[in-house]
Amino acid sequence: MNLNALWEYANPKKFIQTTDRVLPWFAGLAAVTLVGGLIWGFFFTPADYRQGSTVKIIYLHVPSALMAINAWLMMLVTSLVWIVRRHHVSALAARAAAPVGMVMTVIALLTGAIWGQPMWGTWWAWDPRLTSFLILFLFYLGYIALWEAIENDDTAADLTSILCLVGSVFALLSRYAVNFWNQGLHQGASLSLDKEENVADVFWYPLLVCMAGFVFLFIALVLMRTRTEIRARRMRALLARERMGV
Amino acid sequence: MKLKVSDLTIARGGIPVLEGLSFALDSGQALVLRGPNGSGKTTLLRTVAGLQPAVLGRIDVPPESLVYAGHADGIKPTLSVAENLKFWAEVFGNKDYSHAIDAFKLAPLADRPAGALSAGQKRRLGLARLLVTGRTIWVLDEPTVSLDAEAVALFATAVRGHLAAGGLALIATHIDLGLSEAQVLDVGGYRAKPLAENDFDGAFL
Amino acid sequence: MIALLLRDIRLAMRAGGGFGLGVSFFLIVVVLVPFGVGPQSVLLAKIAPGMLWLGALLACLLSLDRILALDWEDGSLDLLATSPLPMEGVVSVKALAHWVTTGLPLVAVTPVLGLLLSLPEAGYKWLIISLFVGTPALSVIGTFGAALTVGLKRGGLLLSLLVLPLYVPTLIFGAEVARRGADGFDTTTPLLMLAGITCGTIALLPFASAAVLRVNLR
Repeated sequence: MNLNALWEYANPKKFIQTTDRVLPWFAGLAAVTLVGGLIWGFFFTPADYRQGSTVKIIYLHVPSALMAINAWLMMLVTSLVWIVRRHHVSALAARAAAPVGMVMTVIALLTGAIWGQPMWGTWWAWDPRLTSFLILFLFYLGYIALWEAIENDDTAADLTSILCLVGSVFALLSRYAVNFWNQGLHQGASLSLDKEENVADVFWYPLLVCMAGFVFLFIALVLMRTRTEIRARRMRALLARERMGV
Repeated sequence: MKLKVSDLTIARGGIPVLEGLSFALDSGQALVLRGPNGSGKTTLLRTVAGLQPAVLGRIDVPPESLVYAGHADGIKPTLSVAENLKFWAEVFGNKDYSHAIDAFKLAPLADRPAGALSAGQKRRLGLARLLVTGRTIWVLDEPTVSLDAEAVALFATAVRGHLAAGGLALIATHIDLGLSEAQVLDVGGYRAKPLAENDFDGAFL
Repeated sequence: MIALLLRDIRLAMRAGGGFGLGVSFFLIVVVLVPFGVGPQSVLLAKIAPGMLWLGALLACLLSLDRILALDWEDGSLDLLATSPLPMEGVVSVKALAHWVTTGLPLVAVTPVLGLLLSLPEAGYKWLIISLFVGTPALSVIGTFGAALTVGLKRGGLLLSLLVLPLYVPTLIFGAEVARRGADGFDTTTPLLMLAGITCGTIALLPFASAAVLRVNLR
């Protein structure tokens, strides 16, 4: 496949046209896989012998956590594309993905707390993973706040892209720092969140379906929001032209 | 030494304001920009100074030769007049700033904190900065704001001296500086028309 | 460059804001800690290293917007951008000036404040070393944040929101050095990590700060 053809979709009009056709499919797929996966997970899997039915929150918790990180990765890639090739759709896609990623982070944190309460007897522990997600949430918050604060679209795109790059490095650093910090002096890692390692197949397949569902949901939401951003941008361009007296 | 601008289009806040601008200045020449408020004079000067990118066109400036003076003078109120000048002289790699003090009659004020100066005196200090930089191309945005007639004359003398020494000046101003040798360019005639479809905003239409 | 550094330090000293404010704020935070957690010296000794690091970090944060905002308002940044100084150099010097006028005084007063929080004797050396090594990173990262928000009318709050998450690794390793030192454990690993972060930010972040500043100036 000719990779250069990919850049055609960086044209806003082309992007809108294409997504017009593609978006319903992704939305539909998201609905089908999510409803199917969640019903399968919630009603047709056995309760875990240790955790009882609380284990079923895994079908929300793991996929949302997965997407929380993937959303940031997508923002990183689109930010790089904006910096290097200056395609406006790319910057707008990064902007569109941020709130979705933030909501995914919140879902992961909330479901984690709800799960943690019966399992560990606490809503919150300063476990490295939990802490990392909290820090990720802060990064999303700052990124979105910066987009909102700057009026000029291109300036905002430039600044947020650089923030995303720098933030990614620091997020990675924080992850290692947090790991180091909680194995430090105070408490050993008494709570392990590594559930995936030993999940039985009977939980694994519906989990896979739910993960696919969250991926489709994410794509559909980001496409939708990018289209909104493009239209908002178009509106501003039209208004600007009107002011120039056309 | 030559400043050449060819077929320049500039934008403010993403919206084009001037297009198709071309002019060239040689050593000893000055160009006065005129045009109503909001016509894009400041944007043009900032673009020439390299503070913002041009949308289209070329600007040829010899490297390390240009000095820009905008609406704000970059004066630190807690430093004295002499300290302010000394700082800018050092930034541009020079030592001596006495000629600048003399040219704008700042000697009686030299030890006063710049914060205690009047608006016109501050402006004189801001213009004196040009002399300590030792740069040949002056890009000045409304240099005579808040100057009295006497100070304007001082400024005109400074510009003339600069041109006589082989310098160039690009000045946006409303008032007549009495620089009879300067060319005048009214930017009003270069107002940008809405862009063609192939620019980025056009891609959104 | 040296002229710019000297000017910034002189400005901070004359305006009284640089040296005084940060240190006073640090003092107040440390004085408030016992009111919040109670006066038992055992408890205070336990939390002292972390609290002192946190106090120093907040005091540093307080003065970040002054790094570039004043130069932005009076047009100096425009003029510096068109001067022979490279932008990367300007932001590095600005960060250095901030460290000299804020970070260094904070390090200097830490021993006194350590007394107030009954910091264990073994902790003083490591606390001062960790702050000395870590505060330059706080200034450099802060300059990046200041460059991001320089054009905004009310950038102060946003600046904190952007900078604080970036401070996490420095705080973690810095406080860890101080804590381990106070408890008499080996401090090599976190100290090396802290030094690594400081060196890395000093080497790389000025490029990001300069790029951001250029965008904000146009």
